[in-house]
Amino acid sequence: MSDLDALYQQTILDHARARSGGDLPESQTAAAPGLPGTGQSHQLNPVCGDEITLRVEVDGGKVTAVRWNGAGCAISMASASVLSELAEGLVPKELQGLIENFRELMRSRGRMEADEEVLGDAAALSGVSKYPARVKCAMLSWVAAEDALQQAVTTS
Amino acid sequence: MALVSAAGTQQHDTQQHDTQQHDASALDDVEVRRIRNDFPILSQQVSGKPLIYLDSGATSQNPLSVLEAEQEFYEQRNAAVHRGAHQLAVAATDAFEHARATVAGFVGAKDNELVWTANATAGLNLLAYSFSNASRSGAGNQPSQAQRFALAPGDEVLVTEMEHHANLIPWQELCRRTGATLKFIPVDDDGALRLEEAERLITGRTRILAFTHVSNVLGVINPVRELTALAHNAGALVVLDACQSAPHLPLDLKALDVDFAVFSGHKMLGPTGIGALYGRAELLDALPPFLTGGSMITTVTMSEARYLPAPQRFEAGTQPISQAVALAAAVNYLRETGMDRIHRWETELGQRLVAGLDAIDGVRVLGPKPGRERTGLAAFDVQGVHAHDVGQFLDDRGIAVRVGHHCAQPLHRRLGLTATTRASAYLYNTTDEVDQLLDAAGRIRGYFGVTTRGAGV
Repeated sequence: MSDLDALYQQTILDHARARSGGDLPESQTAAAPGLPGTGQSHQLNPVCGDEITLRVEVDGGKVTAVRWNGAGCAISMASASVLSELAEGLVPKELQGLIENFRELMRSRGRMEADEEVLGDAAALSGVSKYPARVKCAMLSWVAAEDALQQAVTTS
Repeated sequence: MALVSAAGTQQHDTQQHDTQQHDASALDDVEVRRIRNDFPILSQQVSGKPLIYLDSGATSQNPLSVLEAEQEFYEQRNAAVHRGAHQLAVAATDAFEHARATVAGFVGAKDNELVWTANATAGLNLLAYSFSNASRSGAGNQPSQAQRFALAPGDEVLVTEMEHHANLIPWQELCRRTGATLKFIPVDDDGALRLEEAERLITGRTRILAFTHVSNVLGVINPVRELTALAHNAGALVVLDACQSAPHLPLDLKALDVDFAVFSGHKMLGPTGIGALYGRAELLDALPPFLTGGSMITTVTMSEARYLPAPQRFEAGTQPISQAVALAAAVNYLRETGMDRIHRWETELGQRLVAGLDAIDGVRVLGPKPGRERTGLAAFDVQGVHAHDVGQFLDDRGIAVRVGHHCAQPLHRRLGLTATTRASAYLYNTTDEVDQLLDAAGRIRGYFGVTTRGAGV
């Protein structure tokens, strides 16, 4: 498999099209809702103009929903989709650990093997780490999730 | 190509240089391959494939003569300029000022009308800050002369919707500082300036008209003389962004009659860190300085200072000397090749690009349609595939292009896009390279599984 094919694996292209969790209405992106257990974060990649607004909801000690509204490249959209599917049902500490694991993988410049047991579909994004210019695309939703999770936990 | 002759017959703001030392024959792929031998970087491989560099609109590559000029300066003549009396300082000052004369002559300016800046952005910020210095009392120790540049509430600065951020934000900030109002000439759906709107917007309140000669996104050549005449009739000063014209077509700023202009060395075969601001001599000598300090003064006391005339009044501190010398070498390379020939070659490449891209299903090219005048660049949108993914696909084939908004967010927004892919050619690109880009561009939607319009990622 070429580096390009490793970057754009079928899993990635499928997620980029399916966009799990990508149904947060545009009308709800302007301001954070301010509800208990809910956090929302807007992240922008000024290099390319990609942006995402991502909401994390925590209830009963678990992440119940990760929904987002965004526009961007296949990598950033797939990454947000994967994240939404992975995050639901985790306790906040697990999601934080997952984010840290993913960040470490992305910063590895291709030197780290992705742990599929831990990262699930996100392991398919490991090819991104060989392209430093694209790491920010993959990280955009995860940075938003980290910020939103923090807010959700402190208000729940 | 038939398309080229059609484009070539349209009127545009370029002049024949009578100083060019070349025959009138057109450039062709054979000569371009010879030219490529002068650019060491172009022979390298990327991902195991020959580099196809189509990003000269962002930054150009350097011929050996430019690299050698900078090295020769440091090996033989390095010293502070306009300071020391020793022989090395004289040699350095001569080289520095000779470089100024060379670059000034290249754009039809006199030596004292060309100010060195770090780049075009620095030149535009210099202007904007000098204008706001003029707007404060006692500016530049020549308040009466500076008055003509002073802005106040009720005054207007006019730009266009197609500007690079560098020719927009400095004016936004100038208006914020002075209370003047910023207005813009809109573009139509093809990205062309709406000249009927320009006529309506240029009024007695307009103090500055700042616009680009050639759009870095659209490749369109704006009607400089027409806009300048409108502005001058209204009593406004004209600032021209020549970043995408000075490197690519014969440029005579005097003939265009603009008051100020800026361009960047690194886009015209020169090094980074050097650019130039042109201004009519009587304007530059009256404009208050922006950066102050050493080498720009006549007398200094503990309470005040008097300033030298231009260009020194705008060149405080140690200047980019070796870069200026190298930029002059770049200009000599361009002149010896012939700006008219370069322009014609790039027109041919630009038409080949736009015609080829336009024929690909699901690809939308911004700016002038095939057969209409454009420079050697084309920005395009691949429906269903984000520009970053397009760029990644091309990079894997060794093709270097720019992706994103190309520092023109308002223009992209106007055209309903956030990011595009831009291929920009220069004198060292071959028709084969353009064809390889076109071949690759035709495969993008298939690779990303986009089969119906808008159904992809």
